[in-house]
Amino acid sequence: MKAARFDYLRPATVAAAVAALDEDHGAKPVAGGQSLGPMLNLRLARPSCLVDVAKIPELRRVEERADGVLYGAAITHAEFEDSAVPDPTPGFLARVAHGIAYRAVRNRGTVGGSLVHADPAADWPTTLTALGARVVLVGPDGSRELALEDFLLGAFSTALMEGELVTGVFVPRASTSARFGYRKSCRKVGEFAEAMCAVLADDARGIHRLVVGATEGRHIVVTEAKAVLVDPSLLDVRLVAAGLDAEPATLRLHRKVIRQAIEALESESLPA
Amino acid sequence: MQESSHGAREGRGVGASVRRKEDARLLAGRGRFVGDMRFPGQLEAAFLRAPLAHARIRAIHIPAHLKGRAFTHADMVGVKDILAKTGLPGFRVSTQPSLASGKVRFAGEPVVMVLAETRAEAEDLCEEIRVDYEELPANHDMLRAAQPGAALVHDEWPDNVFLVSQTDKFFDAEKLASAPVKVTREVRTSRQCMSPLEGKGCIAVFERYLEQLTLWTATQMPHIVRSGLAECLGLDTRKIRVVAPDVGGGFGWKGLLQPEEVCCAWAALKLDRPVKWLEDRREHLIAAANCREHHYVMTAYADTDGTLLGFEAVAHVDAGAYSVYPFSACLEGAQVVSNLPGPYNLPAYRCRTYSVCSNKPPIVPYRGVARTGVCTAMELMIDAVAREAGLDPYDVRMRNLVRPDQMPFTSITGKDFDMGDYPESLRRAREMIGHDAVRARQLAGEKDGRKIGLGYATYCEQGAHGTSVYHGWGIPMVPGIESCGARLTPDGTLEVRIGAQSHGQSMETTMAQVACEVLGIDPEQVNVVHGDTALTPYSTGTWGSRSAVMSGGAVASACERLGERIKRIGAHLLQAPEDAVAIRDAQVVGPHGSVSFAEVAKTWYLAPQNLPADIHPDGLDLVAGYKPTVDTGTFSYASHAAVVAVEPETGEVEILDYVIVEDGGVLLNPMVVDGQIYGGTAQGIGTALYEEMTYDEHGQPLASTLADYLLPGAGEMPNVRIDHIQTPSPNTRFGQKGIGEGGAIAPPAALGNAINDALKGMGVELSMSPMTPRRVRQAVTQAQVTQAKATQAGEAVS
Repeated sequence: MKAARFDYLRPATVAAAVAALDEDHGAKPVAGGQSLGPMLNLRLARPSCLVDVAKIPELRRVEERADGVLYGAAITHAEFEDSAVPDPTPGFLARVAHGIAYRAVRNRGTVGGSLVHADPAADWPTTLTALGARVVLVGPDGSRELALEDFLLGAFSTALMEGELVTGVFVPRASTSARFGYRKSCRKVGEFAEAMCAVLADDARGIHRLVVGATEGRHIVVTEAKAVLVDPSLLDVRLVAAGLDAEPATLRLHRKVIRQAIEALESESLPA
Repeated sequence: MQESSHGAREGRGVGASVRRKEDARLLAGRGRFVGDMRFPGQLEAAFLRAPLAHARIRAIHIPAHLKGRAFTHADMVGVKDILAKTGLPGFRVSTQPSLASGKVRFAGEPVVMVLAETRAEAEDLCEEIRVDYEELPANHDMLRAAQPGAALVHDEWPDNVFLVSQTDKFFDAEKLASAPVKVTREVRTSRQCMSPLEGKGCIAVFERYLEQLTLWTATQMPHIVRSGLAECLGLDTRKIRVVAPDVGGGFGWKGLLQPEEVCCAWAALKLDRPVKWLEDRREHLIAAANCREHHYVMTAYADTDGTLLGFEAVAHVDAGAYSVYPFSACLEGAQVVSNLPGPYNLPAYRCRTYSVCSNKPPIVPYRGVARTGVCTAMELMIDAVAREAGLDPYDVRMRNLVRPDQMPFTSITGKDFDMGDYPESLRRAREMIGHDAVRARQLAGEKDGRKIGLGYATYCEQGAHGTSVYHGWGIPMVPGIESCGARLTPDGTLEVRIGAQSHGQSMETTMAQVACEVLGIDPEQVNVVHGDTALTPYSTGTWGSRSAVMSGGAVASACERLGERIKRIGAHLLQAPEDAVAIRDAQVVGPHGSVSFAEVAKTWYLAPQNLPADIHPDGLDLVAGYKPTVDTGTFSYASHAAVVAVEPETGEVEILDYVIVEDGGVLLNPMVVDGQIYGGTAQGIGTALYEEMTYDEHGQPLASTLADYLLPGAGEMPNVRIDHIQTPSPNTRFGQKGIGEGGAIAPPAALGNAINDALKGMGVELSMSPMTPRRVRQAVTQAQVTQAKATQAGEAVS
């Protein structure tokens, strides 16, 4: 379990990182390395070069705007958990971050890395989609922004193009009265979820979103979720369409977790 | 229990919760494990391992530039395969080549050893080697592998069965047919992987100046590894030294001679360079540290009041492809037969067990050995009997447990239970868990829809079983008299040297406490030397919950003998007759004064001119031996009780409460015993709810990383509450009993029973460990489908 040979670069700027990635399509960016590291050691990933972006100042920046906060992609889970960065929601981000894997992982893992890795059972892709977040991408031809649900194309699959780097994620400001329900079913603390659902109910802004993660492919995203929050069985057709009914017991699990996430809107707390 | 004295009085001897001496080193990160060691000129090994579970090796293509760096079985001329026979009638002999020869028999079996300056480079070189295989059908399921017509793992055998073990005691099928309660169940326990914090690892060094091979290895049994290695390499034992430095947990995985150890030793001799191999977590999971896989079909016969009338079982144990040295492929299977009746009065019993050879890694005895499986099987049956008879499982246990007035008791399979009050442990567990309150809560129901369940399990744990038990197995080692070396050093401090090895058992502390108990010497003034064949007397090592009893007894014997010699010199210095002096608090005390150990040692070593010319020549350095008065083993025992909340839709299980009432006899160090129980219980919780090595139909391991193989962590541990009964064993030096494995035995049974108790109203009963959320969900779903069909059928009829 030792990584195969690779080159290592630590560019100082996003422009230099993008140039390195564009020059060698076998290169891969790395920040916390919490997903890529094990894959390197198992030799499942064999990049020709690792472009270390963890310390690039533009990726460590946090910009507070009237309508939300733009986080550099290399902000760690621990920084969210510790509220070391501002939160445009009533504490939702710290709550989510607190439940990611283990503290050792949170110390190094980054929000951008989690989104690019696009594991449907990971915390940030599901919860930030529910919060209506957008990712900022910079490539050789300039930058663009995508809604997270348009960025995440499926399990471990994103709209990221060759030579492109996720530099930030923008989380819109929620009302102070907004409620957030998040529930995941994990085999043990810190493990990837077998079922997960995140719900945002922001009545003041008229926004109700529900996202189902831990799917086989793309997240199930409901952008107008008011009716679903009242009657979650409306989602059944989508769960079936997503192939989550392969085993009747699995379908029951997803349904239960969705109901629990909706219930958690009221309790305003994260069930274990 | 013999009278003894001073240390205990001062709170440092037997029975005191002395803080662990070894922690000063280990907790500060100053331990020295194999992975920390590096020798000049060292090469590191990587093993190219079989990608297939069963295949003939057609050709191995090694590029020319790897000559002298890559080795196959054909290169290891003169090296014998590892051989672990038993003397049990009908046992089929197999040998385990250190590198695969002719065939590969499990995915992960080492095929080529590659050496380089670093492990990463060695792994790179492995990728340049190509092996042509002819794939053969793989035996991934033991029940099918045992059937006629299955592909043969060992071509020369008639079938894939290492051994059939059986017993039939007073079993009258005709009579039992009329028993009022009959319950038949099929129970399965999953294959597991032991997962100590530190994996295996070794460094072989040829010490030219000694003309000796030193193997630094993470082992529980350096003396046994030494013997096995000498046999494989064809060397005199005196030419080999085996040293276990700090070892980070074993649980059985370090209680064997490993093919990789033989390979590294051979290569170090061949190349005259140190050769190191460190098992990585992937190798650990897939390549050998497997254990536990059992399957049972059982029928219990009982009276309406729950009294057991008879019990029968057919069991299969998936022993994997090879018989491991020294415990063999059959320890597990044969122990199933003898241990299944557990702590119960059983008037009639028959059992047959097949130790099946499969295309999976060999199984190795893991903490609890067969007992975790048999306890799970038996205890699930006790609850099934209770449900069938409409009784509380607690009452069925109480009715059948061996009673204190029957002690000492010989079980139906001939186990000699030393002493104890088994029902009392269960009674106390019931009280601590709040049985009645839990039952009331169950009736009231939970707001969140979860179901509450209460589960019990009682077991007894044979530990420190010796010659009379092991000689019958005919395996390569038989534990006999345990020895200890004791040496008073010139400044009057003490060294005790034991052949066992401490890798988490706290022996550097507890053995010093024993010395304190006997000689009154401060444990801080005692060095416990262990794990090095050059420094310690022979021992079979640390396994089978034996060290507290065996090494503890040996340390006491050696200290007593040393005390006699100290007294002889002290009496001279005090000018008193020998029979007028005694040892107290590291001093020789006479009628008119006392002399310290330091003065005695100083006289003996540094000022011998002060000794009389005719002083007895035996010095302050000796080896003494010990064996319990009865060597069939101590029987510690415990009752576990668990309360769980089960969410039927998600299958999630939360442990709400967990209590253990344990009788380990006299506890050398209660804090250490509690630590052993906590650790064992964590592993038992792993068996119950998390850990599972699964294989596909091609024999490919599906849990090759810790993302797939789930181990319980701190977040999964309940706040376990422990109570002790201390019934001294009449057979051991201080009345102590072996308790090292117990914690790992009962949790799958107690938790399994609690889960079934929670779900019994839904018609659900699980019978396979681990009881994962998926298995719980599936069972609940299945039960609902069955009930819906029954309701429909009922409606159709009406």
